Amino acid sequence: MLLHDIALIFGRYARQTLRSRFQMLFGTLMPLLYLLFFGPLLDDLPLGSAGDSWQVLIPGLLLQLALFGASFAGFSVIVEKSTGVMERMRVTPVSRLALLLGRVLRDALLFMFQAVLLVLAALVMGLRAPLPGILIGFVFVGLLTVALASLSYALAVKVATPQEFGPVINAVTMPAMLLSGLMLPMTLGPGWLDVVSRLTPLRYLVDAVRDAYVGSYATAHMLYGTLVAVVFAVVAVAVGSRVFHRAGA
Amino acid sequence: MSIISTSGLARTFDSRNGPVHAVRSVDLTIAAGEIVGLLGPNGAGKTTALRMLTTLLTPTGGAATVAGHDLAGDPAGVRAACGYVAQSGGVDPYLTVREELVTQGRLYRLSRADATARAARLARDLGLGELLDRKAVTLSGGQRRRLDIAMGLVHHPLVLFLDEPTTGLDPGSRTDLWDLVRGLRDDHGTTVVLTTHYLDEADALADRLIVIDRGVVVAEGTPAALRAEYAGSPAASLQDTFLAITGRAAAPADAAPLSVQGL
Repeated sequence: MLLHDIALIFGRYARQTLRSRFQMLFGTLMPLLYLLFFGPLLDDLPLGSAGDSWQVLIPGLLLQLALFGASFAGFSVIVEKSTGVMERMRVTPVSRLALLLGRVLRDALLFMFQAVLLVLAALVMGLRAPLPGILIGFVFVGLLTVALASLSYALAVKVATPQEFGPVINAVTMPAMLLSGLMLPMTLGPGWLDVVSRLTPLRYLVDAVRDAYVGSYATAHMLYGTLVAVVFAVVAVAVGSRVFHRAGA
Repeated sequence: MSIISTSGLARTFDSRNGPVHAVRSVDLTIAAGEIVGLLGPNGAGKTTALRMLTTLLTPTGGAATVAGHDLAGDPAGVRAACGYVAQSGGVDPYLTVREELVTQGRLYRLSRADATARAARLARDLGLGELLDRKAVTLSGGQRRRLDIAMGLVHHPLVLFLDEPTTGLDPGSRTDLWDLVRGLRDDHGTTVVLTTHYLDEADALADRLIVIDRGVVVAEGTPAALRAEYAGSPAASLQDTFLAITGRAAAPADAAPLSVQGL
């Protein structure tokens, strides 16, 4: 029954997303702009990491796509609360967990699709990476999306207005981006910054995907990255589910 | 036979200025097949009571049974047996009438075939048959409200809760909706509980009125019985009766409700 409910909710939101070509198009725009305007600046720069500049940059852009996209996913719940759609779904017998997971799975698929587009564009621009590594990167995008979208929806259930929601998300995503080494490896920075960045879950995911992009799969980075991504996703879904349960009485 | 019964049902909200007792203690018994109007001034606790009975809010006190399901112990059973049409509606403007109705039916566990057939039937009965493939955003106010009602009826609920169902509708659409509600009771035995600020609506539609003020039931009975008891004559106006019961006039339907976080 849970799977049936998840499929229903997923189908509803997938249909909604497919209708919104603007969402599909503009969602990929920011990482593509980084790819076009920032990527070439890194050519031949010593980045202190294995692989060429594209193999360093693209994993960061992939996770950045998930970071900014999934973190703001909760805006839709705020809109649904104001239009009554959220309430209308909550009075049905559908599982509260399905109300969360149906949305989250739509987001994961959406951002993985956008990640595929990004990688295809990067391949045209000069990225060379092993196929298993590229596929691993997509899995990490999916896991990060599940985690962040769950937390974003939970926050959106709790707050009353977009004016409360937006600043909280900005206050979390911006430091997360800077401290995780999405744009440049943190090993380039001073030791204290490297230490602080290790307190950020995203740092471990970035390191793991960068390893995957140079074909190094049996590494400590990969192990820690996988553990952090899975634990983060499980904890975030548990938190989101609890909030949805409590809000749904 | 009662289909809804509550005992000491209460809900208190925490706020910066201390607890807000939106519903202090409500004891209700509603029989199957009744049309019951909940009346009361703004902030009286009508909508909060309705939201508790539909499982949208957890009571902080008391107990209730809806359609044989305990509100606290079996909220999923309550949800399956009830339909709820909120004041704000709840239709996605960018999905079509058919998509919304079929999805809603499936959320209530109807098979795809049953949900599709039910959507077509409801749309026809509520005058939306020609609009099945139109996006909700293109519907008029009256059409949107009929779609809201159809969404609440898609699973043949035993009890239908309507929160301010005719607010914002033109007179013709209001009387159409009254006929629909009467038809639900007469043809299907559906129990209907509605809140309204329109006293003429309550008078014309409800078998029984329950007046809530400051979170408690202050009067209940048929419109005629309330007039006789509180205004001194069965021929008195319901407005005078309401004034006599609450000491305040009924709020205009479009008055802004008292806003309390989480209410």
